[in-house]
Amino acid sequence: MAKGKAAAAPPSGGGSDAPAGGFVQLLTPDGEHVGSVTTADGTTYSVDFTDEEYRGLYRDLVTVRRLDAEATALQRQGELGLWASLLGQEAAQVGSGRALRTQDMAFPTYREHGVLYCRGIDPIMPFGLFRGVDQGGWDANEHKFNSYTIVIGSQTLHATGYAMGVTMDGKTGSPDGEAVIAYFGDGATSQGEVNEAFVWSGVFNAPIVFFCQNNQYAISEPLERQTRIPLYRRAAGYGFPGIRIDGNDVLASYAVTRAALDNARNGQGPTLIEAYTYRMGAHTSSDDPTRYRIASEVESWKAKDPIARVKAFLTKQKLADDTFFGEVDEDARKLALDLRERVLAMPDPQPVTMFDHVYPNGSPELDEQRKAFTEYHASFEGSGH
Amino acid sequence: MSRIKEFNLPDLGEGLTEGEILTWLVKVGDTIELNQPIVEVETAKAAVEIPAKWAGVVTRIFHEAGVTVEVGKPIIAIDTDPGAGDLPVPSAESLAAVQVAPAEGAVEPGMLGSPAPMANRTPVLVGYGVREGSARRRPRVGTTSAPAPAAAPAPVAPAPAVPPAAPVRSGPVLAKPPVRKLARDLGVDLATIVGSGPLGSVTREDVQRKAAEGAEKPAVAPAAAFDGARERRVPVKGVRKLTAENMVASAFTAPHVTEFLTVDVTRSMKALEKLRGRRDFADLRISPLLLVAKAVLLAVRRHPMVNSSWSATTNEIVVKEYVNLGIAAATERGLIVPNIKDAGRLSLRELAEALDELVRTAKSGKTPPADMAHGTLSITNVGVFGVDTGTPILPPGESAILAFGAIRPTPWVHKGKIKVRQVTTLGLSFDHRIIDGELGSKFLRDIGEFLTDPEAAILAWT
Repeated sequence: MAKGKAAAAPPSGGGSDAPAGGFVQLLTPDGEHVGSVTTADGTTYSVDFTDEEYRGLYRDLVTVRRLDAEATALQRQGELGLWASLLGQEAAQVGSGRALRTQDMAFPTYREHGVLYCRGIDPIMPFGLFRGVDQGGWDANEHKFNSYTIVIGSQTLHATGYAMGVTMDGKTGSPDGEAVIAYFGDGATSQGEVNEAFVWSGVFNAPIVFFCQNNQYAISEPLERQTRIPLYRRAAGYGFPGIRIDGNDVLASYAVTRAALDNARNGQGPTLIEAYTYRMGAHTSSDDPTRYRIASEVESWKAKDPIARVKAFLTKQKLADDTFFGEVDEDARKLALDLRERVLAMPDPQPVTMFDHVYPNGSPELDEQRKAFTEYHASFEGSGH
Repeated sequence: MSRIKEFNLPDLGEGLTEGEILTWLVKVGDTIELNQPIVEVETAKAAVEIPAKWAGVVTRIFHEAGVTVEVGKPIIAIDTDPGAGDLPVPSAESLAAVQVAPAEGAVEPGMLGSPAPMANRTPVLVGYGVREGSARRRPRVGTTSAPAPAAAPAPVAPAPAVPPAAPVRSGPVLAKPPVRKLARDLGVDLATIVGSGPLGSVTREDVQRKAAEGAEKPAVAPAAAFDGARERRVPVKGVRKLTAENMVASAFTAPHVTEFLTVDVTRSMKALEKLRGRRDFADLRISPLLLVAKAVLLAVRRHPMVNSSWSATTNEIVVKEYVNLGIAAATERGLIVPNIKDAGRLSLRELAEALDELVRTAKSGKTPPADMAHGTLSITNVGVFGVDTGTPILPPGESAILAFGAIRPTPWVHKGKIKVRQVTTLGLSFDHRIIDGELGSKFLRDIGEFLTDPEAAILAWT
């Protein structure tokens, strides 16, 4: 076991499925629980879940995948304009999402449906955006979950600014402090914004965790076109620790994110977590991954499925049986059907609502425009509804 | 209370207008579940499986595999309550759906329900744009109410008591997929059959009867058939379809003018020989096309306005300061017009290399889409087919295209005497919105001047 050069050293652990340099893995693809992993810098990662909590994680993973599948179907049926599926990335999202504490603030991309779910938010919240019936706005403070961000990487700067604000508000430096997490993908690491966010967070010791889901492709562009070194090692250049985890291992995702968030809330600054995972589906519903990925690669990742390993673990440890698994599937199915019905019932927006959020309290000119627009629309047949 | 629900082809990828049915995964009569994959559809972006929107029994499949369907048109009908017994009435709605749209032109432009004027301004955030005329405007309150059902489906006789004299049909033919296959196998055109099945649909027996008639007929009048039996139907897709769309778009937007010029290119041919003899050109395959390309590039410098495009959206003429020179190439896939980017900046040797590369790539069918985009002016070398000239149609977005004919030894008045000279004919089509006869003539004349005496033209112009 070689000694690492920096605080960002790879862990000693990581099974045969680990990429060169290793990663933190607590649950192998076969469902073996490693117990704990100590990295070369001496940090030990482990989880202390109750049986009920292990079962809860399984339920989260299955539910999140089932809701995502329903959304994909709705898009294919013409009910959503677009959908960005999280298939394959459930563990990275559920693990990190469950590691967040109530006071923590999350900045998602457009794919963090699993994190949203784990924050206890009604899963229908982002569907207005994808169905095109609203602008995808919600009260970020109420949910401690920022708007879905389409522009690649820009949310990392928003998160950095927010995190610097948390420090200025004096909310860091204690075990009950507030931490911030910014999600992004491997492609975003090539963006200027992400690099600026790293610089500012590092220099100002912002209480932030950069959570990169490296799903190997920036749409069609493979990882080797983003970087010559493992992404987590970039953190060293910005002066904060970086660590790679098995992104398909919900336990590693939870343990490492929780530790990084605690460091942040205690005033010890940022961490970059690279969750090494794979997008099993298309980038979005407008993409055809068979044009740039070979089938054997997808097959090899199927063997590392994030849900199958938790199921194997629960079965081996006799923490759950087929009755439980059947119930979880059935509950997820019901939630998905309920989601479908509510999505189909979402009302179309009235054109006049476009004036609603231009200024906080309106303006005389805007009021006039709204009035003229309303009258114009009323002059057509079928405008009454 | 409709039990039969029709599923329309959705926009599967942000602004697509059509999709091709690849494979049906279900057939009429199948009981299907919610979200069960029913069909595979290929769009310009991806091949995807569509899951069923409702559980039920498939009652109708509107298009066979291989058919390209517009977004918004029905592809499958599902009985969502099959346990409730027979269907109430032969559902006219299932027929209507295919034909509801009133014929284009049935309404005056700008009037009720007609295509909204300036359809090209329909907002599109992403994707491939909209089909022209697809935007419809709702009628104004207080104007005459729309003639609602009048424009609806042409009635299809359920079981015609008197068979019509000539089987003329306005809508699509109704027939089950196996019957369609049978008809195709037997070489019978469904449109020529009066159906005896429910709702006037064509049955297996109808097809067999028609096929039998066809088989007997030749004995009576062997040469009199001018119908489907002696016609071949080639599906329009791929490059052929694109070419057709581009040509129609161009021919009906840009008013074309074509001018001709016959020139003595003997000196050009001699110059070409000299070039071939040079060491720095020895490894290149060069043809008269090289000098024609050079002539066009130099003439563009003298008349930049010909290298421009008409922007209807901004009401401007966009004059390009770069020449992406298109060369029309006949390939196995069909006609393509790849272009040489920034050809005006290339030396003669670089131009020769680029031409050679372009032609070879096109012949091998490997021309990438980027090579075909952003052309500014084109040449079509019809001479290689042994013809003298043509009236080319402009590639959309371009304002001039030169046809270059065969070079033939021809009796020609040279220095006051009739001599045998190498002669060719040039044909230049241009967009009269931008280029008037004077400019077009000067441009063509300069190309001719260069080809008549390339050395003098280069000395005089550069």
